[in-house]
Amino acid sequence: MHMADALVSPAVAGVMAAASATAAVVSVYKVSQEDNRKKIPLMGVMGAFVFAAQMINFTIPGTGSSGHLCGGMMLSALLGPWAGFLSMIAVLLIQCLFFADGGLLALGCNIWNMAFYGCFLGSLLIWRPIMKNGASRLKILIASVVGCVVTLQLGAFSVVLETLVSGITELPFGVFAAAMQPIHLAIGLVEGLITAAVLIFVYEARPELLWGIDTQKENRMPIGATFGVLGGAAAVIGGGLSLLASSLPDGLEWAIGRVAGVEELESAGTGAYAAAESVQESLSFLPDYAFKGSESVLGTTVSGIVGALLVLALLICVAFIIRAFRKKQQASTEE
Amino acid sequence: MSRIGQAISEIQTLESVSREDRWMNRIHPLSKLCLTVFYIVLTVSFSKYDLAGLFSMILYPAIAFMTADLSVRDAFRRLRAVLALVAVMGIANPFFDRTAILSFGAFTVTGGIVSMISLFMKAVFTVFAAYLLIATTPMDDICYALRLLFVPRILVTLLLLVYRYLTMLMKEAGRVTDAYLLRAPGQKGIHFRAWGPLAGQMLLRSADFAGVLYESMLLRGFTGEFRPTFRHSLKASDLLWPLGWASVLILLKLFPLVSVLGRLVTGNWN
Repeated sequence: MHMADALVSPAVAGVMAAASATAAVVSVYKVSQEDNRKKIPLMGVMGAFVFAAQMINFTIPGTGSSGHLCGGMMLSALLGPWAGFLSMIAVLLIQCLFFADGGLLALGCNIWNMAFYGCFLGSLLIWRPIMKNGASRLKILIASVVGCVVTLQLGAFSVVLETLVSGITELPFGVFAAAMQPIHLAIGLVEGLITAAVLIFVYEARPELLWGIDTQKENRMPIGATFGVLGGAAAVIGGGLSLLASSLPDGLEWAIGRVAGVEELESAGTGAYAAAESVQESLSFLPDYAFKGSESVLGTTVSGIVGALLVLALLICVAFIIRAFRKKQQASTEE
Repeated sequence: MSRIGQAISEIQTLESVSREDRWMNRIHPLSKLCLTVFYIVLTVSFSKYDLAGLFSMILYPAIAFMTADLSVRDAFRRLRAVLALVAVMGIANPFFDRTAILSFGAFTVTGGIVSMISLFMKAVFTVFAAYLLIATTPMDDICYALRLLFVPRILVTLLLLVYRYLTMLMKEAGRVTDAYLLRAPGQKGIHFRAWGPLAGQMLLRSADFAGVLYESMLLRGFTGEFRPTFRHSLKASDLLWPLGWASVLILLKLFPLVSVLGRLVTGNWN
């Protein structure tokens, strides 16, 4: 996502440099206020660590590719937003000078796209509220994944806007955004998981190293919040991402189509087939993922949400059954 | 060579090249930094269809590379970092901008093709200009120039610290990865079960190292900032080099040198 100088106009580069410089001046002031000289070497070493750790390839299970950890979220979770932001600036400047990863003129854009969102939005609006009542493995996982996904989406969207406003590309806004956002959604998920794995390890070994965590507080996520987060995720995945579902036949339909010439076989219409079909028709209020007699997008979205929530409810039931079973087993072994 | 090994070698090569005792390396870092930024601003400010004007900007990198005796091949190698995003945007231009600008018989040159070429040219020139700066100016000198530009001392100190410990931690990351891969032959990258412990342990060691580093810095009289200095005395070329080039570049921007030369040769003044 590092932008080269060729991708920005001087005007856009100037505006973004001014915005990033303002954030940097505020961060310098905040870090100076802390008056913690020990923090400067820690910031330097952590910046170098993030740079070095980003060179390690972490294999993504089930794919042939690999990813690396998210610098902005990582540094702000360790140093806080202000110190993390300054460390990210140092990292981005060295990347630009030594590896041509991003341009000198585009530095303001790159700081904004990668450091500002990751350090400020990621830590102040995502990490800190989630860790408010104490930390846990699940909370760190959620904060890291949500933080990385959101900040990467914003960063990628900013790249689209900055390039289009600069008049560099002829790509229409929709096409450009459609090319940038989904790929960064996948990258954000992977980076979030890697970042979470490292932060969870640090939390278990040395929790005092993490920023915004009160180790004295009860570190369990309230059951309401857990359901809220899971319900929200189900609604986003079912409602939002279901729109991206392919209208092409699935594997089974495709195979049947190749053999029989039709995607769905007609039932015999008698006996057990007819009985099962009438039961299904009366139960399924959203046949073929849409409202009855409708092909609308709303129907697809609603069916996605309903389906996701049903799966979630089923999982919760299974979880309660397993928990009850375990408790019973534990009680019997104690006796 | 592994990715980490390659990155370490790149940093070390640049460090040694920038510390060589050459004329360009002795020029004041502030002059070179300001000239680099000025050149980049001027280069990207050319219209996407002004190929002739943009081409005249090759003059600065071409002459400066010869003066500094730098490898053009090394500079081209650096392009790989920016090429992906530039290519995505540049290659799309011919499909979306089909306005005919020129035609040679049956072959028509569209606006999209011209803007694609100009985008690639801008990418090459700006990367070359940044390479000129870093290959002739050590990091300490760049930090010194940044302080002269009133960049806050915390940021400059941080930059020096990150740079100083970068190679060390990259070597550590290389050793950790090599050790892991030797015990997992044929595996590409780090398995997801080892994501946390592998990088996490490295992080904890780095945090401990930062504590030791702070104590050693205190023992050597650290008062909260590094004071980078410039080893050479000020001379006329420190001012003449950037001012001379700035004048030439402004002239090139205002005066279409390439078009005039072309017309002189072809005699076509219409």
